[in-house]
Amino acid sequence: MNTYLRPALLMLLLFTLLCGAAYPLAVTGLGQLLFAHQAQGSLIERQGRIIGSELLGQNFSAAKYFHGRPSAAGTEGYDASASGASNLGPSSAKLRQSIEARLATLKAENPGQLVPAELLTASASGLDPDISPQAAQFQIPRVASARGLDAQRLQQLIDQHTQGRWLGFIGEPRVNVLQLNLALDAL
Amino acid sequence: MTANGWLQILFYCLLLLLSVRPLGAYLHRLFTGERVMLMPALGGLERVFYRLSGVDARSEQTWQQYALAMLLFNLLGFALLYLLLRTQAWLPLNPQQLPNLSADLAFNTAMSFTTNTNWQSYSGEQALSYLSQMAGLTVQNFLSAATGIALAFALIRGFARKSTQQLGNAWVDVTRLTLYLLLPACLLFACLLIWQGVPQNFSAYTQASTLEAAQQLIAQGPIASQEAIKMLGTNGGGFLNANSAHPFENPTPLSNLLQMLSIFVIGAALTDVFGRAVNNRWQGHAILGAMLVLFIAGVAITYWAESAAPNALSGFDGVQGPGNLEGKETRFGIAASALFAVITTAASCGAVNAMHDSFTALGGAIPLFNIQLGEVIIGGVGAGFYGMMLYALIAIFMAGLMVGRTPEYIGKKIEVREVKLATLAVLAAPLAILLFTAIACVLPAGLTGLNNAGPHGFTEILYAYASAAGNNGSAFAGLSANSVFYNSTLGIAMLIGRFAIIVPMLAIAGSLAAKKQIPVSAGTLPTDGGLFVALLVAVVLVFGGLTFLPSLVLGPLAEHFAMLAGTQF
Repeated sequence: MNTYLRPALLMLLLFTLLCGAAYPLAVTGLGQLLFAHQAQGSLIERQGRIIGSELLGQNFSAAKYFHGRPSAAGTEGYDASASGASNLGPSSAKLRQSIEARLATLKAENPGQLVPAELLTASASGLDPDISPQAAQFQIPRVASARGLDAQRLQQLIDQHTQGRWLGFIGEPRVNVLQLNLALDAL
Repeated sequence: MTANGWLQILFYCLLLLLSVRPLGAYLHRLFTGERVMLMPALGGLERVFYRLSGVDARSEQTWQQYALAMLLFNLLGFALLYLLLRTQAWLPLNPQQLPNLSADLAFNTAMSFTTNTNWQSYSGEQALSYLSQMAGLTVQNFLSAATGIALAFALIRGFARKSTQQLGNAWVDVTRLTLYLLLPACLLFACLLIWQGVPQNFSAYTQASTLEAAQQLIAQGPIASQEAIKMLGTNGGGFLNANSAHPFENPTPLSNLLQMLSIFVIGAALTDVFGRAVNNRWQGHAILGAMLVLFIAGVAITYWAESAAPNALSGFDGVQGPGNLEGKETRFGIAASALFAVITTAASCGAVNAMHDSFTALGGAIPLFNIQLGEVIIGGVGAGFYGMMLYALIAIFMAGLMVGRTPEYIGKKIEVREVKLATLAVLAAPLAILLFTAIACVLPAGLTGLNNAGPHGFTEILYAYASAAGNNGSAFAGLSANSVFYNSTLGIAMLIGRFAIIVPMLAIAGSLAAKKQIPVSAGTLPTDGGLFVALLVAVVLVFGGLTFLPSLVLGPLAEHFAMLAGTQF
């Protein structure tokens, strides 16, 4: 039995040291050296305070801001220590009721337009930082009137903050809502 | 469906096919024990590992010895991980002061990661310390992956060798695969992921004050190092609850493409190792061909369903959109989410970049069916290959029955013993899936965890046991599985799904290695061409269909037709 037990035990311990300690530490060292900003969570600082991460969405409800997607993370939404989705299925009555309520609100806030689907549906992570350029355009009239800004200026801002598909065809075009709103505040 | 969506899917397939031969060549060198590029750098470390653990690298093992070594290695890995999870509160690297896991949750999690399942009854950022994640889960991610590939090596040796008892040395296979394949690849991959935005630090969670002056607590940690092996080792257990849908695990379309590729590359290359080992590359390409036929069909159905099948948005006026976006991320959209879902369930990965629970009824049925087939479409590293070879043996046997000849495969006579063992291995997981599902459906303890009612609720339970027994780990995640009932039964299903296949499979390898090589004759069914590919695809589908069609009718199909009739639950 010892011919099996000894290698099994020692291999396990040696690999725990190698893959469980040396490897993550090496990656941490390399990451902090090469890409320190990303390795720290792509945090955004304003006046010495951390206001969020470039990669994570936040709750926006004021009329003067562009809004992100509905979120099922945490009880309030966009809880970055409790990521998650609704996990409601396509035939769920509960999901249809939520969509109905969101649709009514969005139609009231942004009258006279077709509502983009992603603003009615919760994302997979509950932290989706992005919306489609169409979903941003959809909100222009509301934001323009709340801020007293020209719609064309807002369209320009959205265009500047639209990230296209990688290589022109991988992924989907998107606008980072937090960065767009930061740019809006800086106008 | 859009042309751009299909372009992404075809581009993915192209990159995968391009990787098969170069990676196959490299893996074949590890398979035969030839020198590889990294040996001058890491050879010293390899020898230290052997010396300290008393392994004679030149000795080889019989199938029983190989099996015993792997079982013991996994048993000890399970014990160490269980211990770590039960004591994490008292150990370092726990900045959030997370408590110890309960006994049933620790059992489930340790079983899950040692069997390469990576089912998660817990939420990563709320339950596990950094130490548990890196020294516990990451280590088993490496070792369960290396174990899988080593077992595939042993089976390939069974085909390639003749008149011998020896199947290689388990310790040498695991060590070489980890040192020369998984570790360097993960080091590179992890750096690429950090570049794309995946965090890698040991900071406590960061408190942010948002633009609307709310508080947001941002979970952090050594995420990239775990993410890399999670994908490459087809483990799939996320650092964070939302897994590869979380912007911290999978920030960009590029990181998503890399993750999808990393799930399949090793599994696809193993078919080429097989072809090289038996001196006929087309034997390997035929197996890969059968896998790809099934894969493309699954992608097409899922992509169509997510774009066009009835979903929660159907019937509302004034809505515009590309399809079912509930539980999907904007940056991936419909095409890349559907593709990822099929890849992760065709392989036994189980990482998700969209929530399968919110897929349309038919779009969610394909991931479920992929798992039920035993994840033989490329499959988990090693496990997918040996799973598909079991089907190949059954296919050969059936072809032999049709013409009344003793079947043969790669110059080996396939006899009663091999077919019995293959059947046993192929039936073990379905038995666990269907029995446990039936039990959970009639017990209050099983029904209280449901998030959805009606047929969708049944699918949640069926998916859970399929995922556990298939060692997949993805979920219809609405099911609240962190209960004593689910933690224990799912843990047992994982155990059956892993080892009730491994042991018979190694026995087959042993019995094949002992056989003589017989020459090809006019009566030999060619197994390197289209006829065999078609036969293999048919056997997989007929077997899977016969076993699981009734359960699929009760779940996804019933839901689909109910939705067409406008019914909600």
